[in-house]
Amino acid sequence: MAKQRVDVAGNAASFIDQDDIHEPVHDKNLWAARMKRDAAARAVPEWEDLRTIASLIKEHTLTHLDHYLEMFEANAIKRGAKVYWARDAAEHNQHVWEILSARNIDAIIKSKSMLQEECGMTAFLENRGISVTESDLGERIQQLDNQPPSHIVMPAIHKTPADIAGIFAKAIGTDPNNTDPHYLNEAMRADARKRFLKAGAGMTGANFAIAETGTFVVCTNEGNADIGASVPPVHIASIGIEKLLPKVSDLGVFIRLLSRSALGTLATQYTSHFSGPRKGGELHIIITDNGRSKRLGLDDFWHSLKCIRCGACMNTCPVYRRSGGLAYGATYSGPIGIILDPTFDESKYSELPYHSTLCGSCSEVCPVKIDISDQILKWRKVMAAKKYLPISRRLAFGAAGKVFEHPTLFHGAETAASAAMKVTPHFLLYNRGLNPWGRHRELPHFAKQTFREWYLQYKQTDKDQEPQQ
Amino acid sequence: MTLNPREQILDAVRHHLPTEKVDYPAVPVFQKTISAMLPAFEARLKEAGATVHKPADLAAAQALLAQEHADAKVICSATPDLQGNRDIHKVVNPHELADVDVGVIRAGFGVAENGMVWLTQEDLVVNALGFLSQHLVILLKPTELVADMYDAYMRVHLEDTAYGCFMMGPSATADIGAVLVHGAQGARSLSVYLV
Repeated sequence: MAKQRVDVAGNAASFIDQDDIHEPVHDKNLWAARMKRDAAARAVPEWEDLRTIASLIKEHTLTHLDHYLEMFEANAIKRGAKVYWARDAAEHNQHVWEILSARNIDAIIKSKSMLQEECGMTAFLENRGISVTESDLGERIQQLDNQPPSHIVMPAIHKTPADIAGIFAKAIGTDPNNTDPHYLNEAMRADARKRFLKAGAGMTGANFAIAETGTFVVCTNEGNADIGASVPPVHIASIGIEKLLPKVSDLGVFIRLLSRSALGTLATQYTSHFSGPRKGGELHIIITDNGRSKRLGLDDFWHSLKCIRCGACMNTCPVYRRSGGLAYGATYSGPIGIILDPTFDESKYSELPYHSTLCGSCSEVCPVKIDISDQILKWRKVMAAKKYLPISRRLAFGAAGKVFEHPTLFHGAETAASAAMKVTPHFLLYNRGLNPWGRHRELPHFAKQTFREWYLQYKQTDKDQEPQQ
Repeated sequence: MTLNPREQILDAVRHHLPTEKVDYPAVPVFQKTISAMLPAFEARLKEAGATVHKPADLAAAQALLAQEHADAKVICSATPDLQGNRDIHKVVNPHELADVDVGVIRAGFGVAENGMVWLTQEDLVVNALGFLSQHLVILLKPTELVADMYDAYMRVHLEDTAYGCFMMGPSATADIGAVLVHGAQGARSLSVYLV
């Protein structure tokens, strides 16, 4: 049986309808991040040049990716790292498992890695008796609530402090009525610290991998990746093949763009560079494909591999801000998710390309100039061509085709719609339960006269006039 | 013949490489926007949640350390310039640093654009000192500044160190209700002594 299609509109409706707090607060917090991003971008005179350069560096790297992968591998090995290659999630997880089991490690601490999310690594390891602790606070909240991250940079941004107080009360015995973020953070800091000290290995992802030195870079605000890399004796890093950059100096461009785009800050609090194992430690690097090489061959979609996972497209997206990231039912949510997720499973994520207004704001804020909104439209065409269109839309578009084929039908429909608008009670159109999309939105007013009626009325008089310059 | 995963991935990449190659772009030298580096560096550091001090000399810095962290039981210094009470050179296992109240490290240089300081494995002696310590004191010569990240990456020499970190203040998170909290997992506070 085909996997269940994600009903993203239905999920979004549930997020909006749960109460009057979650959706407006989510919207407000993400829009605040977008405004901070704008201020940070405006303060850099060469901002637009940087976006262009970053985009070209990524395109250059991706069009010479085999060369840079081999260079990165050779240099990382020269620095003393052990390098593994994984074609897919299963091979990635197997490598991790073999490294851990060979050393009798039964507890690990990990920082945020979208690739490890993609691979379902935590569940895989837990099934084999390994205790896995997320060290990023937001990721830990999501782990304790048994949910995936809802945002690339702010994993628990869809939750209120009250939600988190409830989760921590159950998990680590905090006061369920104390929703102070400082109190909750302090409690989790104490709990996480014990786990850092018990862990046999620390796992990280990578934001960038530098071919010329075999270095990879990890950016965090909490310093959690650095604790994982510096305290346990073993460090395992999962790196997607698209993370490559040719040179160290490229980081001057990308580090300036990343956090300004993500949260409007000048950089993350920690930008850490790993070139080989630390003194007295082991370093294992798992270079992972998991569908990326195939994506590289898709003429319309390979530019999505330029993504540096800043989340700016999510923060700006009017649909994402109202829907919450979990609505997308996928590892990647928001506009970037819409164009990445179908490459993993077209059927399951066939509804996602319709969860967009195509306003284009995502493409405008993307620090590496991915044509996100154009790709969303192209994915709609793919879905339509493959008949993934949901029944309701197929019927609607089918009907539209019929109507447009027959002008008289169209004129009738036009007049009828205008008439219907006059009599359809406002509460029906804007009732939150019936039509969540209607919230905060007003339908356009229909003109009293259709264009055709106006044209026919004035055609005669216009004919006598000279066209005006 | 079946290829191993490495060869299969490289083969798949080669097979799918876009036909139109993109040249590496020319990266211009951008006009510097910061005229006075030290004031900019101090202002950015404070924005990132750090504090800045200007002790007259190392003796004054030692006194400042004692005054700022009067309650500290364990002070571990990775620089001969300031004294603590835990010898980092005797640390064999990073776990021995779990009880450090204050870690003291001399940074190589700072970045005026954003208030970062550059710390390497050699500066830290044991990397975990930078992350297990409850509080950090960073020494930095006020003359050791670069303007921005372009200049910073000209100066890092990643080929010479297994670990290097640009640190921009104390550990921070906004994961609960988008409220900024310092001391998420790493240091609760970061003081830079310009000396």
